[in-house]
Amino acid sequence: MTALAARRRHPLALVLLIALGLLATGAAYSALAPKAASAATTSTQDIAAGKKLFLANCASCHGLNAQGAPADNRGNIAGPSLIGVGAASVDFQVGTGRMPMAEPGPQAPQAVVRFDDKETAQLAAYVASLAPGPQIPTAEEASGEGGDAAKGGEIFRVNCAMCHNYAGAGGALTRGKYAPALDNTSPKHIYEAMATGPQSMPVFNDKNITPENKKDVIAFIEASRELPHAGGSSLGNLGPVPEGLFTWIVGIGALIGCSVWLGSKAA
Amino acid sequence: MSQTQHGSTDGTLAQRPGLPEHAPQIEGTTAAPTLFENPGLPPHVHRLADTDPKAAKRAERQVAALFTLSILGTLVFLVSYFAVDPQTPVYIPLIGRTLLQNFLLGLGMGCGIFFIGIGAVHWAKTLMPDEEVVEERHYLRSTAADRDGAVQALQQGGEESGIGRRPLIKATAAGALGLFGLPFIVALRDLGPLPGDRLSRTMWKAGMRLVSDPEYGPIRAEDVTIGSVFHVMPEGIDKVHDKLEQKAKAAVLLMRLDPADIKSTKQKAWGYQGIVAYSKICTHVGCPVGLYEQQTHHLLCPCHQSTFDVTEDCKVIFGPAHRPLPQLPITVDTEGYLVASSPFHEAVGPSFPERGHR
Repeated sequence: MTALAARRRHPLALVLLIALGLLATGAAYSALAPKAASAATTSTQDIAAGKKLFLANCASCHGLNAQGAPADNRGNIAGPSLIGVGAASVDFQVGTGRMPMAEPGPQAPQAVVRFDDKETAQLAAYVASLAPGPQIPTAEEASGEGGDAAKGGEIFRVNCAMCHNYAGAGGALTRGKYAPALDNTSPKHIYEAMATGPQSMPVFNDKNITPENKKDVIAFIEASRELPHAGGSSLGNLGPVPEGLFTWIVGIGALIGCSVWLGSKAA
Repeated sequence: MSQTQHGSTDGTLAQRPGLPEHAPQIEGTTAAPTLFENPGLPPHVHRLADTDPKAAKRAERQVAALFTLSILGTLVFLVSYFAVDPQTPVYIPLIGRTLLQNFLLGLGMGCGIFFIGIGAVHWAKTLMPDEEVVEERHYLRSTAADRDGAVQALQQGGEESGIGRRPLIKATAAGALGLFGLPFIVALRDLGPLPGDRLSRTMWKAGMRLVSDPEYGPIRAEDVTIGSVFHVMPEGIDKVHDKLEQKAKAAVLLMRLDPADIKSTKQKAWGYQGIVAYSKICTHVGCPVGLYEQQTHHLLCPCHQSTFDVTEDCKVIFGPAHRPLPQLPITVDTEGYLVASSPFHEAVGPSFPERGHR
């Protein structure tokens, strides 16, 4: 007879048996019970979670109710009101790491993304619940597939190239602000930036650049990234400045070297 | 030839104070005394290839190698012109992603030309004779006999042509040659025409719809939200015969601001509920001022960084522009689309002398 069998009539044996039974039932339930359906639309839980994240990370500059907050009593603001900016704004700013702003300055640069996709979606849900605003685009809208890159190029040159440069290499604005380069921005973020007009960028709503045209612009930007540079090194697509630098240093340097060699005597 | 004109006649300069006793004299025509010996040319330095036959052979091989590199370069050009697909991409370190055929054509042609020159120069430097020679400087003036002969030939030619004896030929030749200059003078008219009032007027007229560039679709007032920027042209600009010239003057930027932010009453009156339209042509040199900073309401011109404040009627707050951007008065038509309520009230773009007077 084993030691366990010898104790089968112990008074606590029944308690132990019931506890094991409950444990087994609980484990089986959590493993086998059907999960509640999770819809893609935001739920009040997302909004509540988003509000918690907002209060912890964003309210110090944007106000406890996202109404904006002043920086001092001279009219400067710490953070603008987020009422009406829509889910797309949050998805863009938080998704590219621009917000929470790492340090004060004329512009929030693209930085390390501090929230994962779920938290970003929750923050977006909360801000979207404050007032209607631009929505996060669908995967089909925010891609360059099926877009006309040539038409997108024309729209880009009229509306975007003056700040972002003819090839999307970025450009300077006033007082330390700048339009960033577009070489590694995802199509979704490009769409959202056009729709929400982050920081100094103007708003290109759907009546200004229609969703089809936005798709064309995304197609153009993606095509620009992929096409080989037929003329050799693009030198950053910045135009005459790096070209001049190369010519003056390497080109004229080589010519001077050749001239020196031409005038020197042979051994 | 002549002696120095200072001091003694016997040619020595020992009497002049401060000069060495045996300073030699060099014949010359200046009055200045000589103070040093003419060093003459330095002794000729022989090259390795002159003295050492093995070095000469080595130099010959080097020249041959350079010419061979040129041959290879040209062959690379010829082969890649026919054999490489122009669309093939390639990644080259330090250059990036580029087209293979372009790269090979350039490399081939470049090497082909470059090494011909380098090879020839190296050949001349190492193997060709390099003794110094003196080149005589000849008189440029011809001899008297040559000059007389030339004059005589001209005179003889003139007589033989008979132009003196044939006035009809003389008259018609003069007429033909003289009249031939007239077309060139008359064609100077193509330097014009003077612009007249074309610099002062744009295509904008009262009632003309604002359409977006490049789609040319009309714009409703409610589509222009706060912070929006529309790049605008007058309706019908794609149908005029001088489209580019008109576009260069008629480009307009449409923005919407909160009316509370607008400080100028004239700006509010010429706008429509906070929607304002300004000429896009910079008043400095004429670049399109498209960089609208939504938060600060500043318009920046990318060329020379003239900055205009849209809340204060596009007054210049920085940069070389001297005049604010002209505003286009706008309103809405019966269907709700934005239209110009009048043309520009001043000339757009940079200053010119007749501005305001014509």
